[in-house]
Amino acid sequence: MGLFVAQVLTGLANAAALFLVASGLSLIFGVTRIVNFAHGSFYMLGAFIGYSLMQVLPGMFGFWASVVLAGLAVGVIGVIVEICVLRPVYKAPELFQLVATFGVILVIQDLALLTWGADDVLGPRAPGLKGIVRIMDEPVPKYDLALIAITPFILFGLWYLIARTRVGILVRAATQDREMVGALGVNQAWLFTGVFFLGATLAGLGGAIQLPKGGADLLMDFNILAAIFVVVVIGGMGSLPGAYVAAVLISVLNVFGVTYLPQSTLVLMFVVMAVVLMIKPYGLFGREEVAGEHGQVGEPERPIKPAGIKVRVLVAVGILLLALLPVFGSSFSQVLTADVIIFCLFAASLHFILGLGGLVSFGHAAYFGGGAYVAALLVSYLQTPMEIAFLLAPVGAGFAAFIIGWLCMRLTGVYFAMLTLAFAQLLWSLVYQWGEFTGGDDGLVDIWPSEWLNSTTPYYYFTLVFGIGGILLLRHVAHSPFGYALRASRDSARQAEATGINTKRVQWLAFTFAGAVAGLSGALFVFSKGSVFPTELEVARSFDALIVIFLGGVKTLSGAIVGGASLEYAKDFLTRFEYWRLTLGLIIIFVVILAPEGISGTLRKLAERIGIMKDPDSNHSKIRNPAVNAKAHTRENTRENTREDP
Amino acid sequence: MIDVKNVDSYYGKAQILNDLSFSIGEGEVVSILGRNGAGKTTTLKSIMQLVRPRTGSVMFNGTELVGLPPYKVAKVGLGYVPEERRIFTDLTILENMEVGRQPPRDGVPQWSVDLLFELFPNLSERRGNRGKALSGGEQQMLTIARTMMGNPRCLLLDEPSEGIAPVIVEQMVETILRIKKQRLTVVLSEQNLHFARLVADRAIIIEGGEKRFDGTFAELDAQPEIQEKYLSV
Repeated sequence: MGLFVAQVLTGLANAAALFLVASGLSLIFGVTRIVNFAHGSFYMLGAFIGYSLMQVLPGMFGFWASVVLAGLAVGVIGVIVEICVLRPVYKAPELFQLVATFGVILVIQDLALLTWGADDVLGPRAPGLKGIVRIMDEPVPKYDLALIAITPFILFGLWYLIARTRVGILVRAATQDREMVGALGVNQAWLFTGVFFLGATLAGLGGAIQLPKGGADLLMDFNILAAIFVVVVIGGMGSLPGAYVAAVLISVLNVFGVTYLPQSTLVLMFVVMAVVLMIKPYGLFGREEVAGEHGQVGEPERPIKPAGIKVRVLVAVGILLLALLPVFGSSFSQVLTADVIIFCLFAASLHFILGLGGLVSFGHAAYFGGGAYVAALLVSYLQTPMEIAFLLAPVGAGFAAFIIGWLCMRLTGVYFAMLTLAFAQLLWSLVYQWGEFTGGDDGLVDIWPSEWLNSTTPYYYFTLVFGIGGILLLRHVAHSPFGYALRASRDSARQAEATGINTKRVQWLAFTFAGAVAGLSGALFVFSKGSVFPTELEVARSFDALIVIFLGGVKTLSGAIVGGASLEYAKDFLTRFEYWRLTLGLIIIFVVILAPEGISGTLRKLAERIGIMKDPDSNHSKIRNPAVNAKAHTRENTRENTREDP
Repeated sequence: MIDVKNVDSYYGKAQILNDLSFSIGEGEVVSILGRNGAGKTTTLKSIMQLVRPRTGSVMFNGTELVGLPPYKVAKVGLGYVPEERRIFTDLTILENMEVGRQPPRDGVPQWSVDLLFELFPNLSERRGNRGKALSGGEQQMLTIARTMMGNPRCLLLDEPSEGIAPVIVEQMVETILRIKKQRLTVVLSEQNLHFARLVADRAIIIEGGEKRFDGTFAELDAQPEIQEKYLSV
């Protein structure tokens, strides 16, 4: 009994920081609709800044002053990020901003490395709260009790701010319809900045307040990211009490997990999330998403079309050049280009569901790494011939996508994204923690291709055939009737269903297909490297593909390829320098700001402007008012009175 | 008070308003009439800068509105009541009204929650209810009340009679007439000539994004062919 109570108390204390950070994320998402990947970085900065301040400010007062000041300092950093990086891209297509926040993560990582060095920092203990208290004979740190006592006050304070003050009312109104809030005379720009300040401050506070328990290190940004997303989703987007309950639930379960099921601590959190979302799709306290009906900006999407003859010739020339690479290129350039092709295939498979299907998956690495592991396990345990393992990899990944897709399909939007992330993390933690079978952190090694492929040039051609073949297959399906149905389901699910398309089934199949293609790229990957590690299943890998798609351009088929190639080559070049993250982060941020339609979208616009390419819509603008004409036509025929007043 | 001059507005590549010009005087109640798709809503949105005119000018008491963000347009004294109501369904009636609240303005009637509840007794009874619990008519009243909380100099009403029960439409006429008594300028878009006639002093008819008629209802009645051509369905 004593141990039980002590563990619950530890869990409650651990929940404090988690709740602070998660509530900040939830607030920012609610109002700005930005999935702020950099939130973990704010948390890390709070810890480091708090640590530095605690070195200077002495005593109990100094400790708590440091915590508060660290929070405020991170709040100011949040404001700088919001004004410099996000304001220019608010009008960009939905989710595009998350690429910018990813750039911010990289920049902050290197800045923190520059400022505080690479070593982990041990957090100072809180003056006056150093000892332990015995509760039912079990030792409980005093600081834990302090955290348990403080958190409800913070929760109440936040709740009061949101539920009872004018600022809170404006924040909630903006969560629902920000354009309308603007039309009523509220300057949304400052409201957004204010929310960002508050959210970042909370993250900073969370980082500083956990110092005596956890210290500070350069990995804590990514380490907390998955947990706070889980908390926000379990609690329900935008619900503060929900975030608190979820933070407590996760933390307490985690403490018990460490004691009773030490091999499963990582999996546990995601299992809970998956179960909650399957029972309550919008989280424990969440409400069904209604936002997004208003405030959608930008021109209507331009439909994609099969490539014209010019483009086909261009692509053929490109493939020919790639095929000739072994003739004039070094073996290093072949390996690098093979890596790029594999990555492009992976990104293109994500683009298939994200760009064409409108399903944002945050966990696509599950199928890439999944395919790689299927092949590796077959080779390691069953001595399967490489050719068969290679073919079974996409089957296995496709099967995983089939199951996970079925479980995720009832959700939409960010909840869908989160659930896919949860399952990907589940797979990752399984592989990571089931060491006896998967090799755990040490990975699986010695997975080489058969004799006839086991040198650079033959494997390069092998990659070229399957990589380019996979990409062409994706394109082909995009222009098939199935592709039309998929795009129809994305653009108007109801309309599509009314014409007899089973939208959920179409999306589910597309998800499975994309998973299988990702598995193919994973198989190409594992045999080119000869080994596979859990990192291939990580969130970071999923994000890589997401970033590439957004950078390349979501709305163009070539986006994933252009983005993938640019990022891989840029990485290869930049990683030779010491502060490559900083450089890459800044490049990403600049591309996001300067080319909000992605690299390919922007290139196409440029080409249209200088007249190389034809604007497919240009002949429309000659009809002065197509909407009116079309309507006049309808009225004469049917006299129907549908409301579609522009 | 409002001078719209040579305004062209677009949705993407589709032109909706074509060289539209008209003026509204202080204290006038003017109805913009036209069929579905004629460009009524876009006209109001172009004044409010929710749609940014590509060319032309919209002056309001000597201030150029084109290029201002919508919140600044609201600050200079334009109150916008959208057609689709767009109340904040998760907020209570009182909270919805709070969002619209702005400081008092010189030379225009001041509104308060109490005054507005007098004007809309139904809302008063349900002040603690969330927006989503309201009927269509109540929502329509709430959007007007919410905008009035900003003490506007000029009210832009987008199809106030659309989609609400006839009894409520009558109430709406009452309300607009009472607002009119306070010498407030009102621009409302309507498809319903009958409704417009009851509340407005003047009619502007648009079709295909162009102005086809501008005059009093007596003048309009003298030209039945205009009604036939641009308003009958």
